[in-house]
Amino acid sequence: MKLKKNIPLIDQHDKYGFWGGKFGGSFIPETLKKPVEDLTIQFEKLRKDKKFIEKRDFYFKNYIGTPTSLIKLENLSNHLGGAQIWAKIVSEANGGAHKIYNATVHALICKAMGKKFIVGDTGAGYAGKMLSMAAKKFGLKCKIFMGAKDIKRQKPNCDAMRKNGAEIIPVYSGSQTLVDAVSECMRYWVSNCDNTHMCVGSTVGPNIFVKICGWSTSQISRELKMQLREKFNKIPKKIKLVNCVGGGSSAYGFWSEFIDFEKKQIELIGVEAGGPKKSKLHAAPLSRGAKLGILHGAAAYCCQNDEGQINETESISAGLDYPSVSPIHCFLKDTKRARYTYATDEDALNAYKMVTKFENLNPSLEPCHAFAEAIKIAPELSEETVIIVNSCGDAQKDRDILKKRLRK
Amino acid sequence: MSISLINQSFNKAKEENRPALLTYTVAGDYTKKKSLEILKSISKYADICELGFPHNTPIADGGQIQTSAYRAIKNGIKINDVFSIVSKFKKIKKDKPIILMGYYNMIYQYNDEKFISKCKESNVDGLIVVDLPYPENKNFAFKCKKKGINFIQLISPTTSKKRLKKIVRDSHDMIYYISMLSTTGGKLKVSPKNILKKYLEIKKLNKFKNVVIGFGITEKTINSLNKADGLVVGSRICSEISKSLKKRQNVVTNVTNVVKRLKNKII
Repeated sequence: MKLKKNIPLIDQHDKYGFWGGKFGGSFIPETLKKPVEDLTIQFEKLRKDKKFIEKRDFYFKNYIGTPTSLIKLENLSNHLGGAQIWAKIVSEANGGAHKIYNATVHALICKAMGKKFIVGDTGAGYAGKMLSMAAKKFGLKCKIFMGAKDIKRQKPNCDAMRKNGAEIIPVYSGSQTLVDAVSECMRYWVSNCDNTHMCVGSTVGPNIFVKICGWSTSQISRELKMQLREKFNKIPKKIKLVNCVGGGSSAYGFWSEFIDFEKKQIELIGVEAGGPKKSKLHAAPLSRGAKLGILHGAAAYCCQNDEGQINETESISAGLDYPSVSPIHCFLKDTKRARYTYATDEDALNAYKMVTKFENLNPSLEPCHAFAEAIKIAPELSEETVIIVNSCGDAQKDRDILKKRLRK
Repeated sequence: MSISLINQSFNKAKEENRPALLTYTVAGDYTKKKSLEILKSISKYADICELGFPHNTPIADGGQIQTSAYRAIKNGIKINDVFSIVSKFKKIKKDKPIILMGYYNMIYQYNDEKFISKCKESNVDGLIVVDLPYPENKNFAFKCKKKGINFIQLISPTTSKKRLKKIVRDSHDMIYYISMLSTTGGKLKVSPKNILKKYLEIKKLNKFKNVVIGFGITEKTINSLNKADGLVVGSRICSEISKSLKKRQNVVTNVTNVVKRLKNKII
């Protein structure tokens, strides 16, 4: 299993959609074959279409707001000693998280395909909020599938979705979290694929959805590459790009331009959700050795039992609370290009406390998992090492959880 | 070559000038023992019995079958129990075809070859894998065929003409036509006329393949599609189990009565 150079990772799959011969694919019911095929043809056409690219760039610039800033966390770096810690504040993007890139692109594709209805899943509520924003912007009717448990714990994002005119469909089956929301959203699409476009909220699901999402979020690393050249005059010799990984869309977006670099120069570190310290449950299939399995149309490492039943997951962060992960991250893991680890709920909360104490920054619980790892490794590293954390979400949505857990 | 039990069942129904009745129940619903009892009892009226091996993330199933699947898993059904239910059933009803139906991850975790061998050992006649579509399933289907197990291809209203030809060409004895864009258990939202139109398109490509229609089939709709080679009823049966449990009535009797009524509508 080998990575190819000079080809975007999203395109390094075989004719059946597998990365590294075994990750990804399209394990879908027959009914979805045609809509997935149509979408694939349309997307391949659009991404080569100059006008479409212009349109994308226009909305990325004027609607999402690019570039998001890259800042040095001076106080935190000084406090910890060792490596310099930087953050790319992707949460500055319109709506407060990276999910807006994928949502905007899906809305544009939906328009291009002449469909008027768009549906999507959401965990933390960001994917849903952004899709509702994009739907409103482009005049599409929007339904968002969300686990009942997540609706309760991410209320601010639900309020935003409703304000944008989207209908939230609560999902009561299973663990009532993201995994069930994705299932229910796919079921809805099976029944309505003739007039409805489906947006999968991360780099998961059937092959084409992994590709569209990765293509959209890669904006983050295009910006970062330019910003590194501006700030350092060249790409520094020792970089560590630290990113939280749930489905893996922000991590892929953060890394895509840097995958071809030598690992010695640019290390990619993915941080999964280890769940509560005392719990056996987690949402860390890559770092805690889950087996390969098929979930939501893709083969990937997946938290499951011996029989193939999908395990319940547990994490303080709704956005990472997913039993499987993107097939492209499985590929990056097995080719050893990226390293994956996890942070517990407590690690993430402590990181939140420390980052907010030293910096004027309010990262949501998802990127706090990445900050936890950065805080852990920084003191051991040299001063010329540049750690960059993707601060991909804003903690406004977590205010209830933070209040409860930190009495803030 | 001998005729498969599945084809024999269709032939028998044809002699009686009616479609074959196919039932779907979930193994282990509502207990291992009871699901075998239900199977035995309804097989008096059903020509072919589909038995689901439940998965807890069934992306193509509606509420009724989801409920049955969750109930079965909660009551401890394991994949080997499913095989043992089939074996026990086949000891008594050796001529009644059994088709296992489920999601690919369960098979993948068990191991493809091992799963197919176990099917053979337990006298399973056919397999439906919901999320292993054509052409990705070609290799798996071939392995099934080598062991004398029917791999049943699915066709839906969205299947293109080009694809349809290939699928029919590579199919085994039976083809499953999904009547509409829906998960299982949806209300029939397409007219029987339109469903039969697509059905005939499939038949025209190869009249020797037995084509069954499923999704949205209840006592109300079954008669309108009686020109088909076979009709599948699943959610209606699963919901009857739920209803009977709720009312604390005899599940086996109630479910059997539903199947009997369905059969009477197509005789």
